[in-house]
Amino acid sequence: MVVVEPGPLALVEDLGRPGLARLGVAGSGALDRSALRLANRLVGNPDGAAGLEILMGGFRARFDDEAWLAVTGAWGPVALDDRPAPPYTALRASAGAMLEIGTAERGVRYVLAVRGGFDEPVTLGSRSRDTLAAIGPGPVAAGAALSIGARPEASVPLLDRAAAFPPPAGAVTLALMPGPRAEWFTDAARTTLFDAEWRLSGQADRVGARLTGPALERRVPGELASEATVPGSIQVAGDGRPTILLADRPVTGGYPVIAIVAPASLDAVAQLRPGQEVRFRHA
Amino acid sequence: MSRRLLPSGDAALLVECDTLDEVLALHDALAAEPPAGVLELVPAARTILVSVDPERLPLESAATWVRRIPADSAARRSRLEAGVAATSVAATAIDEAVVDEVIVDVVYDGDDLRHTAGLLGVSAESLVARHQAAAWRVAFIGFAPGFGYLVSDDWPFEVPRLDAPRPRVPPGAVALAGAFAGVYPRQSPGGWRVIGRTDAVLWDPASPSPALFVPGRRVRFRAVDRA
Repeated sequence: MVVVEPGPLALVEDLGRPGLARLGVAGSGALDRSALRLANRLVGNPDGAAGLEILMGGFRARFDDEAWLAVTGAWGPVALDDRPAPPYTALRASAGAMLEIGTAERGVRYVLAVRGGFDEPVTLGSRSRDTLAAIGPGPVAAGAALSIGARPEASVPLLDRAAAFPPPAGAVTLALMPGPRAEWFTDAARTTLFDAEWRLSGQADRVGARLTGPALERRVPGELASEATVPGSIQVAGDGRPTILLADRPVTGGYPVIAIVAPASLDAVAQLRPGQEVRFRHA
Repeated sequence: MSRRLLPSGDAALLVECDTLDEVLALHDALAAEPPAGVLELVPAARTILVSVDPERLPLESAATWVRRIPADSAARRSRLEAGVAATSVAATAIDEAVVDEVIVDVVYDGDDLRHTAGLLGVSAESLVARHQAAAWRVAFIGFAPGFGYLVSDDWPFEVPRLDAPRPRVPPGAVALAGAFAGVYPRQSPGGWRVIGRTDAVLWDPASPSPALFVPGRRVRFRAVDRA
């Protein structure tokens, strides 16, 4: 597959490299993991085959050989050879076909899977790009040829269209579990966390998603010695604003974690758009 | 030794100790015989994150296991005396339990060497001698992949960080901050005081054991004329 236009950012991601945090390496991998799993299942791949995480769209690629592909995650116009193609569906591209993924209307991260997966070099057990540690294949550039792996044993499922649940356009509610440093905050701050209308700020990437809203007040002043964090940790910086730490986060952090986004809600964070409303509920 | 268990999601708990020494002792005791389902132990300055597969080891069982580790650090001493290297509980195939001690060759010509020695009230030669004489141990990793925080019972100094971090510290820079020694694995910003440089490869993501410094590993520095 030759990438003609990568759009703002296109990264090879699989399910990441867990188990290396003690060496300073984050889990990384696709931010919307259910979108990657679904795309892979649609084309008969194992769940963890490497796909492309395409930010916002503006993506075009040519298939030199015939291929099966599926686009999931963000919701927007997809076309094969200028003909509109349904998202969340296994699509057959003939040799020479051009795939176009337009600007996302819902969500921000498309996942493109091809049957066989993208066969990029493996680093520390994964083909994922870790944007913070600069591990794994670099961002896909215009003109890049991505090789496709061997056809998997499983056939393309007969049921080739998944029930589509595109990312919501309105407020998103995320389930929270208690964080290790909840006690470092005032009772008022812990209530505010669940009562306030938060919004995704413009500062959101694969490392963390910063939210705007009221400041969360600390009860315990002073510095926290750096400690390991898990994905979804809501770290509160000195200005009282929360940041949801994501797949490419530093594996240790020095700001207290008030709560943790439940894994079932974490994929939704990957699809939040700047300015979109976020609410929290107890898991 | 006091020990607090803090919630950290549905697949991990954070164990808090009073001191780094307690962290190191508890980490060794936990790493010595982890039950099935423990995926990883991530030590830090005051805490250890215990990550589990909750389907194989429920969090409550992990908590019971952590609470039952005896408060003394006998496990640590006996394992060190037996020459057994530390952690190997990862879910990955990386074999890092083989190397017990690494020796890092250093050219002691860092930009901050003389000033740092002055801050500590010793000569540069004496600071270099103490740095080499100390038996260091990797306490934990932080900041960047492969960046180890090294501690030593033989090291008496507390080194203040630079007022303004350098925008670029070269890979292999041997540096000091607080009670720690460290070596920068790759070029990055940094506020530690640089006393020397090494050619040792601290971080090689292409290698099956990518980090030279892994928690628990012992380290010695040795002066050489030329890196």
